[in-house]
Amino acid sequence: MKMLLPFVAVMALVAAALMAVNVANLHFLFGVAIPYIAFAVFTAGFVYRIVKWASSPVPFRIPTTCGQEFSLPWVKQNKIENPSTATGVIIRMALEIFLFRSLFRNIKAELRDGQKIVYGSDKWLWLAGLAFHWTFLVILVRHLRFFVGDVPMSIAMLEHLDGFLQIGVPMIYITDGVILAAIGYLFIRRVLLPQIRYISLPADYFPLFLIAAIVVSGILMRYIVKVDVVGVKNFTMGLVTFTPVIPATLMQGNGAWFFLHVFLISVLFAYFPFSKLMHMGGVFMSPTRNMINNSRMVRHVNPWNYPVHVHTYEEYENDFRDKMKAAGIPVEKE
Amino acid sequence: MYNSGKIIPGIIIFLAIVTFPFWSNAGKTNVKPEPKIDTPAIQQMPEGERKCIESKEFMKAGHMQMLNDWRDSVIRGGDRVFVSSTGKHYNMSLQNECLRCHSNKKDFCDKCHKYLAVKPYCWDCHIEPKENKS
Amino acid sequence: MAKFTAKPKDLINIDYTTPKTEWMDTPTEIREHMFCHATKAKDLETVEFPNIHEWRPQDEDWKLPANWEQTILQGMQDLLKKYRSFQLFMDICVRCGACADKCHFFIGSGDPKNMPVLRAELMRSVYRGNFTLAGKILKKLAGARKLTPAVIKEWWYYFYQCTECRRCSVFCPYGIDTAEVTMMARELLNLLGLQLGWIGGPVANCYMKGNHLGLEPHTIKSSVEFFLDDIKEITGITIEPTFNRKGAEILFVTPSGDLFANPGTYTAMGYLMLFHELGLDYTWSTYASEGGNFGFFTSNEMAKRLNSKIYAEAKRLGVKWILGGECGHMWRVIHQYMDTWQGPADFLQEPVSPITGTKFENAKATKMVHIAEFTADLIKNNKLKLDKSRNDHLVVTYHDSCNTARGMGMLEEPRYIINNVCNHFHEMPEDTIKEKTFCCGSGTGLNASENMELRMRGGLPRANAVKFVKEKHGVNMLANVCAIDRATLSASVDYWVPGTAVCGTHELVANALVMKGEKERTLDIRLEPLPGKEASE
Repeated sequence: MKMLLPFVAVMALVAAALMAVNVANLHFLFGVAIPYIAFAVFTAGFVYRIVKWASSPVPFRIPTTCGQEFSLPWVKQNKIENPSTATGVIIRMALEIFLFRSLFRNIKAELRDGQKIVYGSDKWLWLAGLAFHWTFLVILVRHLRFFVGDVPMSIAMLEHLDGFLQIGVPMIYITDGVILAAIGYLFIRRVLLPQIRYISLPADYFPLFLIAAIVVSGILMRYIVKVDVVGVKNFTMGLVTFTPVIPATLMQGNGAWFFLHVFLISVLFAYFPFSKLMHMGGVFMSPTRNMINNSRMVRHVNPWNYPVHVHTYEEYENDFRDKMKAAGIPVEKE
Repeated sequence: MYNSGKIIPGIIIFLAIVTFPFWSNAGKTNVKPEPKIDTPAIQQMPEGERKCIESKEFMKAGHMQMLNDWRDSVIRGGDRVFVSSTGKHYNMSLQNECLRCHSNKKDFCDKCHKYLAVKPYCWDCHIEPKENKS
Repeated sequence: MAKFTAKPKDLINIDYTTPKTEWMDTPTEIREHMFCHATKAKDLETVEFPNIHEWRPQDEDWKLPANWEQTILQGMQDLLKKYRSFQLFMDICVRCGACADKCHFFIGSGDPKNMPVLRAELMRSVYRGNFTLAGKILKKLAGARKLTPAVIKEWWYYFYQCTECRRCSVFCPYGIDTAEVTMMARELLNLLGLQLGWIGGPVANCYMKGNHLGLEPHTIKSSVEFFLDDIKEITGITIEPTFNRKGAEILFVTPSGDLFANPGTYTAMGYLMLFHELGLDYTWSTYASEGGNFGFFTSNEMAKRLNSKIYAEAKRLGVKWILGGECGHMWRVIHQYMDTWQGPADFLQEPVSPITGTKFENAKATKMVHIAEFTADLIKNNKLKLDKSRNDHLVVTYHDSCNTARGMGMLEEPRYIINNVCNHFHEMPEDTIKEKTFCCGSGTGLNASENMELRMRGGLPRANAVKFVKEKHGVNMLANVCAIDRATLSASVDYWVPGTAVCGTHELVANALVMKGEKERTLDIRLEPLPGKEASE
């Protein structure tokens, strides 16, 4: 059920888009209106979520330290995993964001022979996660060729590199294969590992299915069903210059696949800010990772710190004065 | 602590990145490339026979595949004869067949390829037509 | 309640299969030996906690206050506004499951609700249902659920099966720290008066008497005097420490557990002997006689109320800086919270070791130094005469306390000390030490006796690593820098790996410390004969 429902939902989205374009001729709605709305929702929603997080303070300095702290001069500090400077934090965060440092640490605990717990390195999740996110980024950047008039060298280069195997025409992108494999792994892992299946929510399957559908529709258009790619760019450039046009070549035949692709992406964009996908912004703001471990060196201020009711020494001495005196412990009032 | 000094610039960078397609195209007009088919060779053809070896739609979507097949056929199989869907025979040759009519690489091939930043590797081996060198 | 009698060979028969029903549809059974008793009303009255009432965890009706639902939701709202960590950790988990098998309670129990991700989902599901649009509309589809008394019970059961050890946070790609979620959950449960006896009691004691154990000033002094007698017997040296002395250079604060029970008391003897040998100008305090802070396991406010005594006493006595004893959560609090709560400590001076002249740069704002830092500096500067052979009967391994490892990063100093006072030291496997260290299984106030099954299950991963080095190197002593470790590891190691003892690092120092004018030692700090050095008469 947790899996079926998101699958049905994505299939329904696919059917809706194909029907809308092929049967109801809703090209403008699905090609122009929905993408604009989705982009607006994504941007505003993303910023809203960040601002919401930011409006709660970080009252205490709570980095999770993963190495030796700054201490005596002869004790070798781990300047990245336990940073005492801003530079250290920047490197720590960069490793986290670009290389998924913490996932790289992953180990697997196993009870063997009913008596021994053994730990083994388990980097598959790290590898698949890294492959998925990086290829996603490359694919996204590659698509910029549809959104800028004169495509800059850098984007063309990236595309060229992505196709460097020079297999097939048009050249097969390495990222297309990698992202499908990564999505496949992330999905199969969720289904096969009992514990992971147990914690999974529909909200974990839905983005996987949705992104898979986006990738598949894109691959189909490039290699199999063949959409008028000049028309596609004419269309996308119309969107970004606020002069939407729907070329006639996209209104017929295989053009529907393009509208399907655009619609699914719009759904992903609009869904993004309300979902776990916001970890993209959240990873930057995690106080256990982005803080310097210097709380005994530099005072950290809590904006809502307030005075509390304490049991003072005077009250304490009043409770125990006689006993203290008898024991020879000095007191303030004889 | 709110870290607004880091979060606000972060939001601005985020907005700058996601709106890149919009602001980088500000003030530009969306012009669809029109490859020119007015070369002397084409104009010399009788009006009713001004046709490529396959339909325009087919060529638009499939020319790269066709050229690739031609290359394999000629170089690996030694077979130089292409039979079109209408049963006509053509010489499988980029330079001698295609470019005979489409001698204007700059105004024909490059138009769309540049528009979409496609870099076909035809010219890694073939000599580019002269008109391009001027 | 029946006594806990399960045998280790049965307890280790852990069932990792997941239930047939989804977790939201699997009712929580409050199981004997897995939970702690409720607190006494009078203890909560002492510290003016809200909604004090009599209840028992095993009862059907917990007699929640009438407005319990509103209390929780309002409480959550307040905490979400106060803590970015809480707000963020409710929102960004992707349920990748990297944390799942990192929790000692999950490894030891196989209960899926002990996977950190699911523990947090217990809270997130309520958050989604009440604070997010998707959760309000899509309900269960969005992973949301209603807040019911059963949810409260489930929270209570599982958030008191988390020791806030932060091991999951090390492995989480976003650094999500279940400790933060557990702290919030416990703060919320405290709003309903659902406190543990083993936490409420020490908190009330600490508030009124200055320490968790409720030792009154004269008892503290007499406890220390007991140690002094033993030290005299071992070394022939008479030590005269001072209490509540104004004008001392240093205030020494340590967990009261060290004054109360073995083997913590041996560590306390170690402090006394070391300070005497150095001629340190320091004083104990009976008012600030607790380094630990069980308030930290109830609410942020209570933690601050208890912690206030340390600076207040330092100010009253006019000391220059503060030295802190071996403890785990005490150092989380001192390192990451104290200055923010009570600072700036401008009435103190930046700590300088009077013996070596070393400035403790890393403590220049809080002005409190960990004794392992202090002692490591002494050894580095050759200020101590040490006879390692007095620890030759011990094959030692070192257990990093969760808090000093992951909430501070003090990894090398204790190892440096141990290597300088012992000849036989062996590390446990890499995945079980330093930032990947395992909790003793009984931290955050779970060191009661009625929850022994929980403690043994939670203590299994640590004990298993000890077993490994015991079999490989013959390790017979598990050293640490944490008072709760000293109290609780003894039990879990006894259960899982009989034949291994537990000690504080400064007990080892005391064994090796060659004191001026001491007699030939024939006894170790435990008053047991030193092998090879038995009295020759």
